[in-house]
Amino acid sequence: MADHGMDPSAPLTGEPSKNTKRKLRKEVKTQIIGFVLALFLTSISFISIASDAIPASFAIPFIFMLAVIQVVLQLYIFMHLNDRGNAWPNAMIWSAVVVAIPSVAALMLLLGITKW
Amino acid sequence: MAENHTVEQHSLPPNPEKATLEGKNKYMGFWFFLGGEVVLFASLFGTYLGLRNSTAGGPGPSDLFHLDLVFIMTMLLLTSSLTSVFAIISMKRGNYKGLLAWMWVTVLLGLGFLGFEIYEFWDYTVNYELGFTTSAFSSAFYTLVGTHGAHVTFGIGWIIVLLIRYAKTGLTLTNAPKFYTATLYWHFIDVVWVFIFTVVYLMGIGG
Repeated sequence: MADHGMDPSAPLTGEPSKNTKRKLRKEVKTQIIGFVLALFLTSISFISIASDAIPASFAIPFIFMLAVIQVVLQLYIFMHLNDRGNAWPNAMIWSAVVVAIPSVAALMLLLGITKW
Repeated sequence: MAENHTVEQHSLPPNPEKATLEGKNKYMGFWFFLGGEVVLFASLFGTYLGLRNSTAGGPGPSDLFHLDLVFIMTMLLLTSSLTSVFAIISMKRGNYKGLLAWMWVTVLLGLGFLGFEIYEFWDYTVNYELGFTTSAFSSAFYTLVGTHGAHVTFGIGWIIVLLIRYAKTGLTLTNAPKFYTATLYWHFIDVVWVFIFTVVYLMGIGG
């Protein structure tokens, strides 16, 4: 693989630039905030099912909504889908979601209600 | 440029995982693969949702599931996602030892998760007599959660292989994309688990 004559197996040395270092410090903060938010959403989900005070008719759609929020949060914070130059990864994941939703709906109906 | 036979060294780019064409291709190709994985899991979730009430007289979700166990497993996997993020931040700082150490922590947390899952399946099959063929619910449950567990197992194996293969090489333009895609895979496992604990376990207990 000839990337302008660079040897890709040569060890990378030196430190990142000051600008990169600053970005990475900010990045640590963003990621920890993302983690705390995920912890919070997870705990609310478990509590709303574990406590008897909340009726199931409310809790089920509520925890489903929390799951969707948490997944979007993880895709965009942990997996950096919002970074620049990520148009194709976004296109791929959201196309997959467009295929996934009718798949889930169809299987639920065919197996659970219509029974073939 | 004159030929020289000493080991060439490069200075650290801001995103070593995407500094070469091969790295860029790996990154994009991996997201294409994840798109396919989304559809795979969607079909398993749809099947489970269709069959989750067909227990055929065997044990059902509310007899089986223990929220405390699932909560511990969720915390292990969520924390392992954060430690793999720290691994990549260490990599971008040029701290290769930090990258390796955080990846080992990720592996250990993943093994903890897997241990609890194996215990859970053992508990269901031995103490509740819920075999794979007991009911439509049991087949759909073991297939969905088992496929996720297989992904966890594969992810752990993948990361361990990278950690052993590149234990002494230092960070290079070749191994940076490999570590990066492995962490993407690991995050994806956690993303799927969010839906599993919601749709399978919490909905199973709550109604």
